[in-house]
Amino acid sequence: MDTAAIYSKLKERFGDAVLALESEDAGDPAIRIQPRAIVEVAAWLHAEADTAFDCLTNQSGVDYPDRNEVEVVYHLFSYSLRHTCVLKVGVPRDNPSMPTVDPVWKTANWMEREVFDLVGVVFEGHPDLRRILLPEDWVGHPLRKDFVEPTEYHGISTKRESML
Amino acid sequence: MKDLVLSLIAEGGALAGVPFSLAAPLVMVAFGALVVFGFVLPIAGITSWLERRVWARIQSRIGPNRVGPQGFLQWLADGLKNLLKEDIIPSAADKWLFSLAPYLVVVGFIATFAAVPFTSSLIIADLNIGILYITAVTGIVVVGVLMAGWSSNNKWSLLGGIRSAAQIVSYEIPAGLSVFPIVLLTGTLSMQGIIRAQGWAPWDWFFFYNPFTFAAFFVFFVAALAEGNRTPFDIPEAESELVAGFCTEYSGMRYLLFFLEEWGNLYVIGAIVTTLFLGGWQVPAFTDNPMLLAVAQFGTFFLKAYFFVFVAMWVRATLPRVRVDQLMTVCWKYMVPIAIVNMLGTAAWMLFVPETLGRLVQFGMTGLGAVVVVVFFRRVRFHLRRANLKPSDYYYSPII
Amino acid sequence: MSLGGFDVQVLRENGFATEEMTLNMGPQHPSTHGVLRFVVRADGEVMTEAVPDVGYLHRSIEKIAEKVGYHGFMPYTDRVDYVAAMPCNQGWAMVCEKLAGIEVPRRAEYCRVIACEFNRISSHLIAVGTMGMDIGAFTPFTHALREREHINDLLEELCGARLTFNYMRIGGVAWDLPPDFAEKGLAYIDRFEPLIDEYNALISFNKIYKERLINVAVITGEEAINYNLVGPNLRGSGVDFDVRRDIPYSIYPELQFDVPVGHGEEGTLGDCFDRYMVRIREIQESCKIIRQCLQQIPEGSVLAKIPRKFKPPVGDAYVRIESARGDMGWYCVSDGSEYPYRVKVRTGSFTATSIIEQVSRGLMIADLITVVASFDLVAPEIDR
Repeated sequence: MDTAAIYSKLKERFGDAVLALESEDAGDPAIRIQPRAIVEVAAWLHAEADTAFDCLTNQSGVDYPDRNEVEVVYHLFSYSLRHTCVLKVGVPRDNPSMPTVDPVWKTANWMEREVFDLVGVVFEGHPDLRRILLPEDWVGHPLRKDFVEPTEYHGISTKRESML
Repeated sequence: MKDLVLSLIAEGGALAGVPFSLAAPLVMVAFGALVVFGFVLPIAGITSWLERRVWARIQSRIGPNRVGPQGFLQWLADGLKNLLKEDIIPSAADKWLFSLAPYLVVVGFIATFAAVPFTSSLIIADLNIGILYITAVTGIVVVGVLMAGWSSNNKWSLLGGIRSAAQIVSYEIPAGLSVFPIVLLTGTLSMQGIIRAQGWAPWDWFFFYNPFTFAAFFVFFVAALAEGNRTPFDIPEAESELVAGFCTEYSGMRYLLFFLEEWGNLYVIGAIVTTLFLGGWQVPAFTDNPMLLAVAQFGTFFLKAYFFVFVAMWVRATLPRVRVDQLMTVCWKYMVPIAIVNMLGTAAWMLFVPETLGRLVQFGMTGLGAVVVVVFFRRVRFHLRRANLKPSDYYYSPII
Repeated sequence: MSLGGFDVQVLRENGFATEEMTLNMGPQHPSTHGVLRFVVRADGEVMTEAVPDVGYLHRSIEKIAEKVGYHGFMPYTDRVDYVAAMPCNQGWAMVCEKLAGIEVPRRAEYCRVIACEFNRISSHLIAVGTMGMDIGAFTPFTHALREREHINDLLEELCGARLTFNYMRIGGVAWDLPPDFAEKGLAYIDRFEPLIDEYNALISFNKIYKERLINVAVITGEEAINYNLVGPNLRGSGVDFDVRRDIPYSIYPELQFDVPVGHGEEGTLGDCFDRYMVRIREIQESCKIIRQCLQQIPEGSVLAKIPRKFKPPVGDAYVRIESARGDMGWYCVSDGSEYPYRVKVRTGSFTATSIIEQVSRGLMIADLITVVASFDLVAPEIDR
């Protein structure tokens, strides 16, 4: 099943919660979802027999300051039907909060921790939302476009006189 | 030993005129010191070098070959290096126990040499409870290891120490039970007595005496490997799991002492196995010269014992490590019952099997053993020919 | 919790004052495959929990990508997974090519596949060798590394580096195969293939080794998919899926090879031994692939015409390739400038580490080492 067919099925089932089908850009077409509806959509896509997305292969966060939103991208794959689908969810930059899909796919646990760590999206209901790659005491989320590299970390300067 | 002392205090001897009660301890202490410094320490060191070389050869490496011919003096260099290193005692460690533990381990191992024979006359003390003494005195090692594990105040050390205690205490039982068949047969616990009960010929060894002693040999050797913390039973110092086990926090000379024990203990294992099952120093009486005979006896005993040191190295390079629960399973569920059967079987054998039949069984088993050895070497040759490897295939040879 | 008939809970009920021990395994530990840390809670030898703590090798590779441009990021991809750097190169090249719609010359595709499969063999050799070493057998490790050295030699001849290759470019590869590479490669494969049997005889079918691996850390197929295990770890659980075959890319559809799948040959389906044997069999399949490629490789150029200022159109692309550690996902967002807007690498080790907390419950401390080795975790790949 291709993305357009999945989109029409989702639109039929969830109505306004499914925002748009984005296929004009280069690369993969994607379906844009309302942040609040992501868990129901995910659970439905996982459970439905003709979609059967049993695996979340990738989840990433992308920061768009000009649109004032952080986009969370879900790349789904079905091992039984061998088809893919991309879901995109935009959350506002100043309050980047959305529900977790951890109950649907266990792998989302760590992937959401990574998105939280690097882009700063807070996943409500996540069992263990801690920083994963960066130190616990790190300030800021480095993959935000407005992130300014700290000049020192624990008294150690991050600048070097010579690059050699 | 008594003969030696008597000859020394006799007219014209080095200690002529000294009373026996004074000369005997003197000679024993002197000989003990000679054994420890002239034999035990070098043998442990040389074993360490040889193990590294044998290991490297099996692993397609070269091994230490820089210090001295073929790297032979590597053990001296390593020993010196470790002696000169800083002796670190962690601030949170129990200082006294931490410092004492390696010495206890070494004492437990060196004390066994008091009853380890070299020739028919050379033995520090031919105790009438020799084999019992050795089994008992190796028990000190476990105290040292446990002390090291506890006093380091490190969880890895503690786990290693506990594992070691459980392992050594458990494997003492099959090892001890495997000595019983021999003791039953000889009626003595003295090391020299056990050797004298055997002959120089393989069919006179207890190894081939009957099927039960044959099995007892394997049980004893495996249990001895486990007691010596050797692969596949090296779980107390399993470096991939417990970092370095009970010696994680040790450095310098104290660290070296643990390994002195490990390598030296290999020779002790070989010596006990040789004594119990392989006829010890027995050689055919080919000459009347006592000096020549002693040299032959020493050579025979040493080669037999060192063969098992080599086997232990070989096993270490071949086998992976068992898990701690599997270790206990092997001991309690398999080796202890087998050892008990061996003991009872030997007793029954002594009661019911007539001497001529027993003699026939000895010859038959020796023949079987010879066949096994021949088949083994033929298989090795077969595999080498089938693999058809060039010497360049053994070692890494760069393409560019 | 029951282990071998020994009930841990009973000890407490009998009034023994026992206490769980918290062990800190790593980040400096002999067998954590890099810098990986586990916080282990253990009752004696039995673990009640082993929580992975990752991030000690985080080098902000995704952030670097946003600063160095498309061409400049290629050497950094080597560092994502330095044990198998070629597939990382290929993943980055492919995601850029997908964004810009670039056709790669066929000879370049062959070069890529040859390099990747050689790298897969060398990576799996490390995996099975360190597995042996973690179980306590050192000899298989040195033998595996000896064979890996030869592959490193071949790849050094190909691209001048032995570990971080930087061989591929967007639109092809940097250098054509050197003269008589095919002969040397085939000679190596001819020599190496029989050695796999020797290796199996030495370690894979050793009784102690099997006892340590069989029935340890069983992962069912559903669990593996739910936790997004990939590659040999997924196939070890009996899921017949290989990106090379099922989402074909490069020239893999033209090649004949099997996908080894675990079938619980000694114990339960999805135990450590299945994962291990899948790797051994994949080495043999890679040998097959290399043989075919070296025989069929066409003539032609190895690099498409790519502008120095590479500006893919606006959009995002996600590419999946079969790295040595399995399905590796490369996600790249382009805003039409010279610099990638966002790059994300989804690696096999990352998801495999996330399942450890769940499978390690009730195992022994020694088994944790086995599990880590059987997942073939490479710490830099987790942390990126």
